[in-house]
Amino acid sequence: MRQTQVIIEPRRGLKWVDWKELAEYRDLFFFMVWRNIRTRYAQSALGIGWALIQPLFSMIVFTVIFGRLAKVDSNGVPYAIFSYTALVPWTYFANALTESTSSLVANANMLKKIYFPRVLLPLASLVARAVDFAIALIFLVVLMLWYRLYPTWNVLVIPLLVLILVLAASGLGLALTAMAIQYRDVAYAMNFVVQLLMYAAPVVYPTTLIPEPYRIWYALNPMVGVIEGFRSALLGTIPMPWHWIALGGLSSVAMVACGLLYFRSRERFFADVA
Amino acid sequence: MGDLAIRVERMSKLYRLGQKTANSDTLAGTLFSLAAAPVRNLRALRSLTRFDPARESESVVWALKDVTFDVKKGEVLGIIGPNGAGKSTVLKVLSRITQPTQGRAVVYGRVGSLLEVGTGFHPELTGRENIYMNGTILGMSKREIDGKFDQIVDFSGVERFLDTPVKRYSSGMQVRLAFAVAAHLDPEILIIDEVLAVGDVEFQQKCLKRMEEVSKGEGTTVLFVSHNLGAIRNLCTRTIVLMKGQIVCDDTPERAIKLIMGGRSSGSNNNTKGEGWQLRGGDGRVRIVAARVLDKYNVERESLVSGEDAIFEFQYVNSGVDVFDFSMIIFDSTGVAATSFSTLFNGSKIEASKKGVVRCVVPRLPLNIGTYNVGVMVFDRSTIYDHIPQNALSFNIPISVFYPTGQTPSFGKGLTLTDCIWDADSLS
Repeated sequence: MRQTQVIIEPRRGLKWVDWKELAEYRDLFFFMVWRNIRTRYAQSALGIGWALIQPLFSMIVFTVIFGRLAKVDSNGVPYAIFSYTALVPWTYFANALTESTSSLVANANMLKKIYFPRVLLPLASLVARAVDFAIALIFLVVLMLWYRLYPTWNVLVIPLLVLILVLAASGLGLALTAMAIQYRDVAYAMNFVVQLLMYAAPVVYPTTLIPEPYRIWYALNPMVGVIEGFRSALLGTIPMPWHWIALGGLSSVAMVACGLLYFRSRERFFADVA
Repeated sequence: MGDLAIRVERMSKLYRLGQKTANSDTLAGTLFSLAAAPVRNLRALRSLTRFDPARESESVVWALKDVTFDVKKGEVLGIIGPNGAGKSTVLKVLSRITQPTQGRAVVYGRVGSLLEVGTGFHPELTGRENIYMNGTILGMSKREIDGKFDQIVDFSGVERFLDTPVKRYSSGMQVRLAFAVAAHLDPEILIIDEVLAVGDVEFQQKCLKRMEEVSKGEGTTVLFVSHNLGAIRNLCTRTIVLMKGQIVCDDTPERAIKLIMGGRSSGSNNNTKGEGWQLRGGDGRVRIVAARVLDKYNVERESLVSGEDAIFEFQYVNSGVDVFDFSMIIFDSTGVAATSFSTLFNGSKIEASKKGVVRCVVPRLPLNIGTYNVGVMVFDRSTIYDHIPQNALSFNIPISVFYPTGQTPSFGKGLTLTDCIWDADSLS
């Protein structure tokens, strides 16, 4: 067995991630993800079907209200698929964010009883939600076939968009969960804040509705590049918005860096305040 | 450092106590305090992680204060002490769950800590899935668990229910499964907190046996917190006694247990003042400043032997009283008065001095086995000078020599013991 030596002492200031330690705990991470997936829809009749119902019903409601009644512009494609294409990444973002924010509080008992790298908890929530994302994505393909819309070569950009999506969700999720363990207000606020945040992203309307001079600021929201990138690649609504994607990518990287640093600096208090 | 497993140097840990908020009794005051509540709450929540020990001694407590000790490889170290002494905090810091406020510790080797069995168990997962979940949380790799899977299942005795969600298990089955996983952890240093308090007697025996195997057979270093003094005596090679966050004894298990059982150490004299002192009444002309109980050799004790002489001793200061009566009531652990002593009964008032001691010697202490506390009153006719209604001091009686057999009435059949003479005649 390897000789390990651990020094335990008060630590202050900024700490970066201990990648070596994370690698040692990869099996635990795998089972945490597995536990999240297995238990999310446990003892429900529809089971994983719920992953589809949420974006699907949002799409129907949005199509009736924003598409038919308010006649919001949808960049020349049917409003239903216009909004559903945005809802696939958005639903992932919203759920991953809510779940990773509550991950520490939900597992407070574990925090108080055993040591493991704390970042695994919010990260496992993010990864576990990928299953729902994949299912919603498959249904998007079905919808595209239905509307006879065919993707362009730009689909190759989608992995990059997914990366930005995950980075943005994990950056915010890490920071918020570290806050929520001490201030439960964060958890209470999360439900409606996420709902409101949807209107800060081009889910029910196209970015072209935003006046030109403001778009550069608007695109600092990583979800702008992600959603418009999805629409461009799959529906061909607008040319691939590289500048928005680049801006969003930068801000998502900044979010992750800040989120991780904040999380790591608060980590030493988790067991005491939980 | 060759044969060293753990080195702890001047380790301290500060915790915050709950703070009382003043309640207002006017409507305006209540409304104002409601409006100010968010600010007050925010401050309270922030203060959980911000300390200034120099300024706020009221609301913080040192769960550990300058604790220093070494553990050698292969040693089985027991940690005992009263509730709140900091035993669990030591284990939590050494298993890296919480950080020390000051000081440092170095741990050489792979640590497995069992502060609770079944951490990470999820009721919706099956027994099989929970074995993997719990095992990886305890620090095992998937491959390690694969290798030990059959042993774990055997030990737990739940093989028939392996693919049933754990929520359908009885609580006993859950504990057995959880302990089975824990028992197959093989770290170099094992940290255990009271896990043996669960399960039935038979299962506890099994667990103790397994611990013995681990410590004696496999040479694992073990840190073991328990209230089970029998287990401490059997398993440990060395024992530390913690009181109020400080080590008061680091010795063989026998000596440490004797210290816990046999009275208080010189380091903890300040805990003579129980919580009853806050409820004190009287006009204050006489004030009791210390209370203690001594055995027949005049040695201060927390435990007394029933049937041996006992001395209750109270120090007082007096401003302007010439003479007073002194009463004490002895309550059992349920608050029932077992008996009372008073100068009033004996008709012997006490001549007061400016500072003095009142002693009440009770020959052949006639109390049943149990835990008791004492309430005292200093008075003269209808004037009460000092009154500590309960918990002026407390003591326990673990054994009795009142009757030659050592027998006493069983629980609920009497608090006091009285001499009696049995006699029998035949009637024609």
